[in-house]
Amino acid sequence: MDFAFLYETLLTLLPGIPLTLKLAASAVGLGAVLALGLALMRVSKIGPLSAFVKTYVFFFRSTPLLVQIFLIYYGLGQFVGIRQSILWPILREPYWCAVIALTLNTAAYSSEIIRGGLQSVSAGQVEAGLACGMTRLQLLRRIVLPLALRQALPAYGSEIILMIKATALASIITLLEITGLAAKLISETYRAFEVFVVAAAIYLLINFVVTRLIQLLEYRLTPHLRPAPHAALVKQGGVA
Amino acid sequence: MNVEIQPAVRIAKLHKRFGLLEVLKGIDLKAGEGEVVSILGSSGSGKSTLLRCINMLEVPDSGEITVAGETIRLETSGGRTRPADRRQVDRMRAHIGMVFQSFNLWSHMTVLENVIEAPVHVQKRPRAECIAEAEDLLAKVGIADKRNHYPAHLSGGQQQRAAIARALAQHPKVMLFDEPTSALDPELVGEVLRVMRALAEEGRTMLVVTHEMGFARDVSSKVVFLHQGVVEEEGSPADVFGNSSSERFRQFLAK
Repeated sequence: MDFAFLYETLLTLLPGIPLTLKLAASAVGLGAVLALGLALMRVSKIGPLSAFVKTYVFFFRSTPLLVQIFLIYYGLGQFVGIRQSILWPILREPYWCAVIALTLNTAAYSSEIIRGGLQSVSAGQVEAGLACGMTRLQLLRRIVLPLALRQALPAYGSEIILMIKATALASIITLLEITGLAAKLISETYRAFEVFVVAAAIYLLINFVVTRLIQLLEYRLTPHLRPAPHAALVKQGGVA
Repeated sequence: MNVEIQPAVRIAKLHKRFGLLEVLKGIDLKAGEGEVVSILGSSGSGKSTLLRCINMLEVPDSGEITVAGETIRLETSGGRTRPADRRQVDRMRAHIGMVFQSFNLWSHMTVLENVIEAPVHVQKRPRAECIAEAEDLLAKVGIADKRNHYPAHLSGGQQQRAAIARALAQHPKVMLFDEPTSALDPELVGEVLRVMRALAEEGRTMLVVTHEMGFARDVSSKVVFLHQGVVEEEGSPADVFGNSSSERFRQFLAK
């Protein structure tokens, strides 16, 4: 093993981490907001809204993310109308095209995860909220969403990790995140094995940390799903 | 001066159907201030539906429901009846306490958080005041030591007593109990009935759908027996249990 080269590779790829994290954080952040809206539309009793979301989810889940990135980055620029629109300064930037594609994609998957959470909320707990006079909005904020999002968290954690890995596709449209830098280094050194091993190790490390953070969040949010704490601790207010 | 005493709850000509099945066929019912009305009937008689119409968890097809002098406004359009003003329903619900058969405590909140939820977030009362009051209520139902427990960590009887405290925290004008002991193990029924008896003794207006004949006989001021969606028998416990003219009610009791 050429440890000197591995070390050099590591130094070359490390500067790609901020862009990888920025892409993932933007997509997951924007995607979560969009997904929540889509999920609420999907479970609403308004037929056209629900149908729109079904169609949206169908298209984004049934086509490759890479094709979606290509369509937005290469495809949209083909139309004069778009090149002349106020959106062009955004749509001609590979960074924004990657963010848009990743966001729209994760929103489709996440909306289904959140829908599962929403539908898992028991009718009884909803009725208890209605019975004490909550408005629809209060019911959503205080009862339905807290229960639904807790339920959705494990599956949503997987989606976050998938998104972090999906940012590697942004290298195809010239972005020099971890994988982009790796590809560039390989074209200079022809040592694909070592370079990709280092790149994979970096993703592994990032996702190791992210998994732990999600587990911690899940633990903090679900004391009610764990066995009862020791009575003495509760009295001291240590657990509540 | 002629002052007519307003009943706490007045139900007139209430009809409700689910699809082809007519569950309530014109119910009239009055509960005076401080009265405890026990609603009896075999399964399918419509007693739970009747109770759930009072706070609009079920919307009746026709009829009139008045709670504490305010009548719920209904409108019918396209063959469907719905509340004319959702805000009116929310406002009235805020002063009607409901206790469910399956407790329905909010599982992500501690017992104390369950009790202060409606006072703090619906009625917008000061949080510190609500907490102090919630602690008194939890002491009253005998689970003060469980204030920081989650519902899943309590027995059924404790959960139902927490649910009663939660309903009381709304300062309800009327309390509705929908088979409050039916989901409990037999040895836990007593602790819930004791709490309900204490509430009756302090003069609360209560409508109780129940199968507990002892409670209906000893605690209620009025007993109503529903059969296939109509009031088959109605009166004081002594009258109804002592010399009912209804053959169906005597059969019901014999079971």
